[in-house]
Amino acid sequence: MSDTQPGKQPGQSPAAADQAPAEAEGTTKTTVPAPAGPVDAGAPATDALTPVDPRLLVREQGFAGYLTDFKRRIKGGELGSIPVLVGLVVIWAIFETTTGRFLDPSNLTNIAQYIVGPGLIATGIVFVLLLGEIDLSVGSVAGLTAALTSVLAVKQDLNEGLAVLLGLLAAGAIGALHGFFFARIGVPAFVVTLAGFLGWSGLQLYVMGNTLSINNISGGVVQGLNNTYFSDIAAAYGLALVAVAAHLGSQLLDRKRRRAVDLPHRPLSEVLLRSGVVAVLAFATAWMLNQESGLPLGLTVFVGVVVLAAFVLKRTSYGRQVFAVGGGVEAARRAGINVVWVRISVFTISGFLGGLGGLFIASQAGVADSNLGGGDTLMLAIAAAVIGGTSLFGGRGTPWSALIGILVIQSIMTGLYMSGSSSDAVQSMITGVVLLAAVVIDSVSRRTQKTAGRA
Amino acid sequence: MSAAPVLALRGISKRFGAVQALTEVDLEVRAGSVLALVGDNGAGKSTLVKTIAGVHPIDDGTLEWEGRPVTVARPQDAQHLGVATVYQDLALCDNLDVVANLFLGREATRGKVLDEVAMEKRAQELLDSLSIRIPSVRIPIASLSGGQRQVVAIARALVGDPKLVILDEPTAALGVEQTAQVLDLVERLRERGLAVILISHNMADVLAVADQVAVLRLGRNNGVFDVADTSHEEIISAITGATENAVTRRKARTTEAAQ
Ligand SMILES: Nc1ncnc2c1ncn2[C@@H]1O[C@H](COP(=O)(O)OP(=O)(O)OP(=O)(O)O)[C@@H](O)[C@H]1O
Ligand SMILES: [Mg+2]
Repeated sequence: MSDTQPGKQPGQSPAAADQAPAEAEGTTKTTVPAPAGPVDAGAPATDALTPVDPRLLVREQGFAGYLTDFKRRIKGGELGSIPVLVGLVVIWAIFETTTGRFLDPSNLTNIAQYIVGPGLIATGIVFVLLLGEIDLSVGSVAGLTAALTSVLAVKQDLNEGLAVLLGLLAAGAIGALHGFFFARIGVPAFVVTLAGFLGWSGLQLYVMGNTLSINNISGGVVQGLNNTYFSDIAAAYGLALVAVAAHLGSQLLDRKRRRAVDLPHRPLSEVLLRSGVVAVLAFATAWMLNQESGLPLGLTVFVGVVVLAAFVLKRTSYGRQVFAVGGGVEAARRAGINVVWVRISVFTISGFLGGLGGLFIASQAGVADSNLGGGDTLMLAIAAAVIGGTSLFGGRGTPWSALIGILVIQSIMTGLYMSGSSSDAVQSMITGVVLLAAVVIDSVSRRTQKTAGRA
Repeated sequence: MSAAPVLALRGISKRFGAVQALTEVDLEVRAGSVLALVGDNGAGKSTLVKTIAGVHPIDDGTLEWEGRPVTVARPQDAQHLGVATVYQDLALCDNLDVVANLFLGREATRGKVLDEVAMEKRAQELLDSLSIRIPSVRIPIASLSGGQRQVVAIARALVGDPKLVILDEPTAALGVEQTAQVLDLVERLRERGLAVILISHNMADVLAVADQVAVLRLGRNNGVFDVADTSHEEIISAITGATENAVTRRKARTTEAAQ
């Protein structure tokens, strides 16, 4: 076995420190057990055994540490969601000053309603983008699912719950079919889903027959999706509390396990700071919702789906496989990953979430009509995922980008509407500019990462 | 040496369109021994490795694993048999970090959840044993140097519990110390009773660790030599296909010049 000789450790050359590559976005920020600690006399061996390269960036403790870390990330092109969060704050500030009531709880609750359907569709798109592919069919699948469900429930008098189930099943099956043609037959995903985009919206018109729109059953399942509120204030606060406790608990547990086996771990102050930020966001949202009608079911489902998706992608083998296929198909295949299955499953998820989003859109609109899912539904879903920071080039991103991205888009739309300049023309142009900006940031950060050796 | 070879290739052929990359190749590798596979550029070494690893299915011939004929159609099949491969092109995922790459396809889990702590710990140990210094095991592969990547790829072959380890030019990008470590590693694998196939263009490395040298020339077998009773020149002439070749000519020239 190789022994690590104490003498072989290159000196802690300070010059080398800034050469070491920066941390990856989304990975654990590590802090080496402070070398400044009390030095055990006669134990220089512990230094040699530290399994950390001396050139590893050691982040300074405290606030200064965050600042240098932040600067380094900007230089390395690892912006992640920072630009879009700043953008969101700016957008909100602008509309609040121009309209004076943009940040009212009633308006924010309204926005929280509108983002659910498109946001769910965008979450599905994130999975596909992570593979480095695109799904152009989600809008049509959303429309078809809504149409199918209401035709079954209203025209065919089927139990509505069953109709919803069948609709979602159909959406998943359609996604699987796209996945099959792409992964098994080898047709480019772009073309398969373009065919789906046309074909399924045709089928949507076909199942609707000569009706242009079908009203949701009053008091039914679909109507309830986006119009149910848990008005007891305990609901929103309770959920916020559970979320914060879970976040803090998992971080502390992780820290404890890492410490137990001597791995680099986050300092306690950082753990508390992170959970503090989550707590502020969660309780502010809960407070805002409780000012109005309480916790909406739709938002709960959407955020729940995002959390679940983030968990699956970051913490399970399946998620690892999705990222691996997105980062390099051949490497993933040689590692023994069933690439065909991963691809089919991702398109199934995308189809399913497209369908679910369609039902929420129908619930929001009150009707399943023949152009639901048409128009800019698809473009906005893709734009949301990209604006939120998921890369179009595959292998980089998170489901949270769907939430942030759709929030940006809906804020712009609502704000324009409130300022009275809400022609479709203006909206489309502004959304187009925002999307372009997002893609430019994505491409530039990819290039900077390349030059910084990180892509 | 034990009776049945761990892996035996019988008359393997592989064609890529108009290129006949392998023609009727035979090869045997036994437990506890190191077989070096040598040949000129384009001789078909990597192709042979990939057929064993299930990357390219074979057109003709049979693979025998511990005496039984087996079909290896996918990389998974080879992994299940106990073949671990370090590819010449490394086959790492650039967007994933070092730990994720090391354990790709066989992640450690607690319940259904990835056990990042256990994986990171094991990754540290593996990389330490190859005496490579990596700024952090949590940075993406894309930000590592060529040699660091190569060591990660080698470490990956050791994560499972393989019976046969295939190393396709594992030391091509390595520094002096790391090369020595990899050669040590090859010897350790042999001592542990594993079979090793080592591909290298460096004759000194080959002669230092291999028990046998199999020569491939233009996709065909061109002799198997026991290292103990073969000279450097014999192997070179098998590789180039002639006793009179560029290497001997150069040697003659330089010795002439020296006199
Ligand atoms: N995927 C492929 N498609 C078509 N031809 C291929 C492919 N892979 C290899 N070949 C051909 O097969 C032959 C053998 O290539 P191979 O990579 O096995 O050589 P090698 O012995 O590993 O060479 P080197 O020492 O340069 O690595 C070459 O002529 C090459 O062009
Ligand atoms: Mg090769």
